[in-house]
Amino acid sequence: MTTVAQTHSTTGKPTPKPPSAAPGDLAQTLTRPPRSLWRDAWSRLIRNKAAVLGAIIILFFVFVAIFASSLAPHNPLQIHSGQGFLPPMWVEKSATGKAGTPEFPLGTDNLGRDVLSRVIYGARVSMVVGFIPTIIIVIVGVTIGLTAGYRGGAIDNLLMRITDIVYAFPDLLFFIIVMTALRNTAIGQFLNGLFLLFVALALVNWVGMARLVRGQVLALKERDFVLASQAVGSPHRRIMLRHILPNSLGVIIVAMAFLIPGAIITEAILGYLGLGLRPSTDPNDIFITSWGSLLLEGQAAINNQPWLLLAPAICVALVVLSFNFLGDGLRDALDPRLRE
Amino acid sequence: MTTYLIRRVLWIIPVMLLVALITFTLMHQAPGGPWDRDLNRRQVDASTQEMLNRQFGLDKPLFFNFEGEHILDSQFFNYIGNAVQGDLGPSYRQRGRMVQDVLFEPPKNKPIWDSKFGYSMRLGLLALTMAAIFGIPLGILAALKRNTIFDYSALFISTIGISVPSFVLAIFLIIVLAGQLGILKIIQRDWSNPAAWLVPATVLGFGTFAYITRLTRSSMLEVMGQDYIRTARAKGLGGRVIITRHMLRNALIPVMTIMGPALAGLVTGSFIIESMFGFPGSGREYVLAISNRDYSMIMGTTLIYALLIVLANLTVDIMYGFLDPRIKVN
Repeated sequence: MTTVAQTHSTTGKPTPKPPSAAPGDLAQTLTRPPRSLWRDAWSRLIRNKAAVLGAIIILFFVFVAIFASSLAPHNPLQIHSGQGFLPPMWVEKSATGKAGTPEFPLGTDNLGRDVLSRVIYGARVSMVVGFIPTIIIVIVGVTIGLTAGYRGGAIDNLLMRITDIVYAFPDLLFFIIVMTALRNTAIGQFLNGLFLLFVALALVNWVGMARLVRGQVLALKERDFVLASQAVGSPHRRIMLRHILPNSLGVIIVAMAFLIPGAIITEAILGYLGLGLRPSTDPNDIFITSWGSLLLEGQAAINNQPWLLLAPAICVALVVLSFNFLGDGLRDALDPRLRE
Repeated sequence: MTTYLIRRVLWIIPVMLLVALITFTLMHQAPGGPWDRDLNRRQVDASTQEMLNRQFGLDKPLFFNFEGEHILDSQFFNYIGNAVQGDLGPSYRQRGRMVQDVLFEPPKNKPIWDSKFGYSMRLGLLALTMAAIFGIPLGILAALKRNTIFDYSALFISTIGISVPSFVLAIFLIIVLAGQLGILKIIQRDWSNPAAWLVPATVLGFGTFAYITRLTRSSMLEVMGQDYIRTARAKGLGGRVIITRHMLRNALIPVMTIMGPALAGLVTGSFIIESMFGFPGSGREYVLAISNRDYSMIMGTTLIYALLIVLANLTVDIMYGFLDPRIKVN
């Protein structure tokens, strides 16, 4: 991390003056210890209230996703016969003439399954869909972006041509086509269809990440510290991994914060179209239902039990908004020059 | 500039071919053919299927015909050849209708803009107009009143608009307006009444509105810091003249150039909103095609949408060349 601090000292707080000043000044300047870029960024981030709130909400949903099985009041697949379309607990008389009970805080669906428990299990799918493709995208995109930017030549040209095609293809339409066409193949059934969604998301989004990293590399390659490293004979691999990559990390992290909500929205849309996760009927499955599938189920019952639709919609909005606030905060914190 | 434009236009051909190739290949991985599994109609027996396949050329190889007279006499290249002439093939589910007729043919004695695609185009145009009418002034005001409560609220609204997807907004609006307040009919049947268009257009255009607000604001802020604004002030021009003549004229260039892609994005991205509101556009048709597994319909619509996006992106490059002489293309 010290390399980062040195190379980026221009963006950080002013470093102490060199000890050539008078002895009295020296004592004064040394009262404030030098701080690294990451420390600086962190202190800027935690002063940003919207970003902190976003991070707290995200952590809450991650927690809910991990401990879904202990947090859910009911089994999300358990059918309570005769208790279908119950309204939320605070409603005394719903459109169907039923009263809510504290047993089902957000009411039940047409089969009498607990809405709250289903939404809690849905958080699991959304978090997984948000994080796993993003990790794949970062690994593939950063590797290719680094190589293309640093080496240039054929691989760089190829990357730019692929970008042209991917940008012309409306990405949502691509996801729809992939999910429709391959849904019934072996790969489409793996992990209830989640695996195919990961692959499709990664296939489209690695290009943007690679291009972003490539641009960073092209700018950093000309900097003096890279030249200095080349002059002392460091191998290319070391220059890429020790100098260029750490200095691009800020941009990569910010891009990740915006990729995750994009993936969550994509899952919700595909689920709403009936192309997302296959709803499971096995209570031992880890992934039982998703917010997208819940939206699809809720659509049919919009008059009888609006919370079937509202609950997952609020969750999607909350999570996506939180990631955007966190992303904005991270951008401001990691690169104050980018601030609008 | 001219050579650049020609190259840029010609580049569309390989891009569209690849989009078609990807879509075509994926669609043929899906099980089922055009003549089976239609639960609403009489099943087609094997010999009729064979005849229909021959009639539509579906008995030919997928990509390369090594046995026939011509190597390109295959399903893919015939599809491309027909598509270029405006023939997107028969719909697999709406029997007897061609894909292009479903999308572009208006009902009897109606003008062309009453076709499915025409409906979507008009909805997109309305959404874009509303987004621009509200977004541009809001962005300008936010920039002029920078760091005031007004600026912060504008930024907050636009963050919500950019991040929350339109179909989630649609859910909130439908439940509040239709369910709780009873103002709106959940499923509209009569779209001849212009007021019925307002709610779906608002929902559809909200994200674009937020984006336009942000773009106008940041573009204004950039222009406000330029030397020529200081010069204009120094020579004693009034605030209004500086804003309209010097700032807006420059600040609105990026906003104008995104209008094309924004419209393309709205038209191609409206399918969820359309199916939620029961709007009779090509987007709803697309969603129906997905749930009916009408592969030729999905393929045709995708190609039209991709072409729309490619052309919209092309207009950006062309417009920049005309509007901003500082841009020099190499």
